[in-house]
Amino acid sequence: MSVLTEKELPRLSNDEIKRYSRHLIMPEVGIDGQRLLKAGRVLCIGAGGLGSPAAMYLAAAGVGTIGIVDFDVVDFSNLQRQIIHGTPDVGRSKLASAKDRLHAINPHVDIQTYETALSSENALELFEPYDVILDGTDNFPTRYLVNDACVLLGKPNAYGSIFRFEGQASVFATKNGPCYRCLYPEPPPPGLVPSCAEGGVLGVLPGVIGVIQATEALKLIAGIGEPLVGRFLIYDALRMRFRELKLRKDADCPVCGTHPTVTKLIDYEQFCGIHPATPEPAAASRTSATEITPLELKVRLDRGERVRIIDVREPNEFQINRIPGAELIPLGDIPRRYVELDVEEELVMQCKVGGRSAKAADFLRSVGFKRVLNLTGGILEWIDKVDPTQPRY
Amino acid sequence: MATRILIPTPLRPYTDKKDAVDAEGATVGEVLVDLTKKHAGLKSHLYNEQGKLRSFVNVYLNDEDIRYLQKEQTPVSAGDTLSIIPSVAGGAQ
Repeated sequence: MSVLTEKELPRLSNDEIKRYSRHLIMPEVGIDGQRLLKAGRVLCIGAGGLGSPAAMYLAAAGVGTIGIVDFDVVDFSNLQRQIIHGTPDVGRSKLASAKDRLHAINPHVDIQTYETALSSENALELFEPYDVILDGTDNFPTRYLVNDACVLLGKPNAYGSIFRFEGQASVFATKNGPCYRCLYPEPPPPGLVPSCAEGGVLGVLPGVIGVIQATEALKLIAGIGEPLVGRFLIYDALRMRFRELKLRKDADCPVCGTHPTVTKLIDYEQFCGIHPATPEPAAASRTSATEITPLELKVRLDRGERVRIIDVREPNEFQINRIPGAELIPLGDIPRRYVELDVEEELVMQCKVGGRSAKAADFLRSVGFKRVLNLTGGILEWIDKVDPTQPRY
Repeated sequence: MATRILIPTPLRPYTDKKDAVDAEGATVGEVLVDLTKKHAGLKSHLYNEQGKLRSFVNVYLNDEDIRYLQKEQTPVSAGDTLSIIPSVAGGAQ
């Protein structure tokens, strides 16, 4: 049964009948199904890797209203996978770029754009007019926010998530189905799970997962097939293998269980252990006893001081750019290879932006290293401040 | 008896990049303990400071969440596969 049972269904124009003819001749969709799609409203959270292919197929399929929430600007590094944007769009707002592309695909579709960060203050209001929410976000606080808002409003969440070459998909928050919190009651502490910006992602992967999300959104609206409810789909692109795991509604779930303790939206940054950013002091005064800035490192290297730089990125990142003299020991190898280092020696730990190297530095201190500094801002800040000739990634 | 454990992408740096490894034990808990003995780097990712399985890491015996079986006491039999499924958040960036 369609998620939009109570709506008056719009008629299809002759142009639309021609456009959707491959749907109309299938009994599973037909004129009635296409009218349901035209009445349907899907809100895509994010116009990035997952939202790009999802929104394009939803528009092509004739979903009448597509909303997009995003506040980002198209960057060259997006183009490897965010196919809704093209090279001429670099520097434009993702919303403007996405809207143009979707209208080019299908002018019959109403595109609503919301240039804002989704928050506990605006989520319920933004979701309210929509039938299905398509979660294509990139961080845990927003994942939990989308889930809770969907549960509170009783709107299904076509969920997808990706990392490197592995993807996950499911449909959460349907009437009797489980929600994201039934699967993962709590988020990981910040920093323990790397982001795509840090871990990378195979460009075609969000295509597969985003289109699975779009498929589920279409099915929910047209009321056809068997939705991906109570099932967790795992896709490994390298092995080209799909697996399906059982997912149950947790009676004790704090948001969708029998005695919910979360009955309104909360502070999701805090829930995920992220503390509000404190204003960054000027670079010169920022360094504590455990940090060093690229400029300070440069000064010390120029003086000829002996500083051993350990680059904890992966070998393929080390091939792109590096600080002269840096030695490569990937973060994952540190617990095994730290014995190669001298506990008394001064070490500068470095990665791409400073997160992984901070973890490596903490680990080394925990096993007795005395003089470990973390390079703030990583190689990217080194390139900005010291050596702009090197490529960024 | 060895049980096959499927390792998700984010944890492969701790299993020499292998996507599947074997470990011994009669229950899910025993297999996981043996796994973290063989691959020490995994331990802090699977268990918290109190030695409990972390709540953002789900363990499946075949296609069933062990939370709905007998948790870590769930017996394993020949041919079973354990999967570790951590939450990942990537999508837009």
